[in-house]
Amino acid sequence: MTDLLEVRDLTVHFDTEDGLVEAVDGVTFTVSAGEILGVVGESGSGKSVTALALLRLIRPPGRIVQGAVRFEGTDLVGLSEDEMRAVRGTRIAMVFQSPRTALNPVLTVGRQISRLFELHQGASRAEGRARTIEMLKLVGISEPERRARQYAHQLSGGMCQRVMIAMALATSPRLLLADEPTTGLDVSIAAQILDLLRDLGRRTGASILLITHDLGVVAEVCDRVAVMHAGQIVEVGAVRAIFARPRHPYTQALVRSIPRIDREGTMEPIPGTVPSLLAPPPGCRYADRCPRVLDVCRRDRPALRASTPNHDVACHAVEVEDATARG
Amino acid sequence: MPRLAVEGLVKHFPLGGPREWVDRVRGRVPKAVRAVDGVSFAVEPGETLGLVGESGCGKSTVARLILRLVEPTRGDVRFGDVNLTALAGEPLRRQRRDLQMVFQDPTASLNPRLSVRRAVEEPLRRHGTLGPAERRERAAQVLARVGLGRELLDRYPHELSGGQRQRVNIARAIATEPHFVVLDEPTSALDVSLRAKAILLLAELRATLGMSYLFISHDLATVKYLAGRVAVMYLGTIVEEAPTPELFARPLHPYTQALLSAVPVPDPDVRRTRLVLAGEVPSPIDIPRGCRLRGRCPLAQPVCAEPVTLREVAPAHRVACHLV
Amino acid sequence: MRWRRLTRNRLSFVALCVILAVTLASLLAPWLAPYDPDNPDAEATLVSVSLRHPLGTDGYGRDQLSRLIHAGRVDLLVALSATAIALTLGSALGAGAGYRGGWVDQLVMRGVDAVMAFPAFILAMAITAALGNSIANVVAAIAITHVPIYTRLIRGEMLRVREAEYADAARTVGNRPHQIVLYHLLPNCVPPLVVQATLAMGFAILTVAALSFIGLGIQPPQSEWGQMTAEGAGYVVSGEWWLVLFPGFAIMLTVLAFNLVGDTLRDLLDPRMRGVR
Repeated sequence: MTDLLEVRDLTVHFDTEDGLVEAVDGVTFTVSAGEILGVVGESGSGKSVTALALLRLIRPPGRIVQGAVRFEGTDLVGLSEDEMRAVRGTRIAMVFQSPRTALNPVLTVGRQISRLFELHQGASRAEGRARTIEMLKLVGISEPERRARQYAHQLSGGMCQRVMIAMALATSPRLLLADEPTTGLDVSIAAQILDLLRDLGRRTGASILLITHDLGVVAEVCDRVAVMHAGQIVEVGAVRAIFARPRHPYTQALVRSIPRIDREGTMEPIPGTVPSLLAPPPGCRYADRCPRVLDVCRRDRPALRASTPNHDVACHAVEVEDATARG
Repeated sequence: MPRLAVEGLVKHFPLGGPREWVDRVRGRVPKAVRAVDGVSFAVEPGETLGLVGESGCGKSTVARLILRLVEPTRGDVRFGDVNLTALAGEPLRRQRRDLQMVFQDPTASLNPRLSVRRAVEEPLRRHGTLGPAERRERAAQVLARVGLGRELLDRYPHELSGGQRQRVNIARAIATEPHFVVLDEPTSALDVSLRAKAILLLAELRATLGMSYLFISHDLATVKYLAGRVAVMYLGTIVEEAPTPELFARPLHPYTQALLSAVPVPDPDVRRTRLVLAGEVPSPIDIPRGCRLRGRCPLAQPVCAEPVTLREVAPAHRVACHLV
Repeated sequence: MRWRRLTRNRLSFVALCVILAVTLASLLAPWLAPYDPDNPDAEATLVSVSLRHPLGTDGYGRDQLSRLIHAGRVDLLVALSATAIALTLGSALGAGAGYRGGWVDQLVMRGVDAVMAFPAFILAMAITAALGNSIANVVAAIAITHVPIYTRLIRGEMLRVREAEYADAARTVGNRPHQIVLYHLLPNCVPPLVVQATLAMGFAILTVAALSFIGLGIQPPQSEWGQMTAEGAGYVVSGEWWLVLFPGFAIMLTVLAFNLVGDTLRDLLDPRMRGVR
């Protein structure tokens, strides 16, 4: 499978009043054509910032310090703002959290979608309207003609999210970034939205980068998953592999801290707190919370290396374990 | 005797406006938002009842009705042997010593101008006879109970993290060692890694202080962990109520089944069959006659057009469905 | 720690210093003024700016600097009392209207509408003319015209904070209704109140000056900036410019300072500004 998106060593810093915040630090991952990659982590782990960086939506005091974002062969970091604008919304689209507030409150939802057709595809008003109705049907909105004439505040949360997805997919993008698309939605509506995303991804062949804090969502919908902690990717690989045998201590702790509906058993909270990104410790950022911490962990930052095929881990302890197992 | 018993609780919010006046004059029942439409349950001492449902089902309104933040249209709330609904003014206020609430939004429920110390001391001030020094000491003790250090006493809410704010909320609620605490989505606003800590804290406090909880949440997994019994609400009424293991193992009401099957499980190999409900939740103004799930239920039969009551179909297991 | 908060807005801080200086000067007037303000000196009439009389003298030979400092007392006193009265009364009415709603709200707001239907200055003129020219009456007149401002402001804020979750929490914790309003809601309505009060102080000074300028309110020999300006206006054509400039300048400077100080005062009172650099 060809790599649609290749992110290498992406680093984003924020120059705040309190100092330099290293929000995203050396993040490397790929997204293949047609696959759904989940990016999971706590709040403050840098997952949203990473998505915004892909679209070059980081504004001062934040800036992309280094890294390459190769999308369909072109490095997005080097593009001019005009060139980037041609990519945003057409080749790469984004769906945000809180759908109702992300929609323009003074335009009808139909108008918001049809404008995209007029803008990006040179469609006439009538053509735009027709395609809008098609899109609304595609995302499962009943009575699309009536809904198109309504405003965001008249629609339910689930419906607003469908509209957002319609807007994102209007221009048939190759990559869809979805930032916590189901957070705040009711469970049954969230399930429907996830089904919709999975379905549409398959149908259009678009890849999806799904950002979430919910491991259940990842297991349900994603093909591969990247686990982020304090601005770094600590583990990445096929969903099956990671859930069956999480290797990084953070991933293991994360899985253990979730109350389960399908099994009995206790929950263990993750010890300690996320380190401040203002003056992050050298070496591994999980060191202070890790039950398997070694001396080297506090000195050297562990590199992301392949532990088993399609399963990369950034951990010294795991490296030692693997070496012993091999030798 | 149950610690808290709710009977036939109803709350209708009138729509107001000229339509209401016209309806009344013509002798018709005016339209209203029927947020809570006949809810009854009881919580025994030391027990935790989970109240689950999706947005708009009325569970938060039930919480506010119990705390009398909102006046019921009909129905009774009994707290121990006291009929809470018959009280007003000072006698009602005094009951608040033993009946407290933890709110959903940890930031909005703390007065931004009050220090942590003043916030936690306030219930002690309003209900007690402790002097200022004793109150301060007690506040420090309560903070310690929820795992916060004494040095936070003089901080303000904006100087604390989300998790810390929620702990202050909990501290404030347990300061007077109440018999009963209503928890309205206490972990929803917390980051997923902090939820486990908060839940364990609530469980521990329940054990040490012997409190009963009404735990309201849309997060079924958390409810499963903390509650001994669960009641499922839909469109203002309870549709199923059972002991926790029973409800999760053998859900009988189609809505419960749909709800449970929609919760994503962190295990990619688990593929459950989903019971999908058609359409969306109807507006609480125009509630369909008969069973409230009728328009959406895949198992609907003609009999479902008849009104349905919550009846016991197995030991301690009540369901409101014709087909069970 | 507090220093940084004060100097956050430089202009506002300078304004605060000006106000403090003016207030201090007014308080220390008997000791600060070089001459007795009411003492005529036939030998020094209409003297221009000089070392002996830094701001000149008037037609009676009275030292203008001393008169200016003493006059400032009146202006500040009137503005302060009028604002304090209006603030208290207006807030009480607004809080009651906002919290209770219903007929209380309707009654209060219609009263507010009635008062606001009159242009503020015309109303002040009418009240002063009806009650007579004295400091107390001027204070009353200004206070009455200012009450609606605070009533509306507090009512609006009250409507907002009434719905806040901490208001509910205050109730569940065991506060009686009046305690909720006094200890929880009102303190959170204060910030916009502070800014409004400082602006209103400026207006109050302008009003009392304007009233005296047209002959209502403060009467000679009581000196007051507006009245001094009125007197001085008569001498402009004949060339004694100092008699109109300095009182006018005093009014302008003080009112401007009040207008600009609002931000700093509001920030000082906000606990959220603690710990913010």
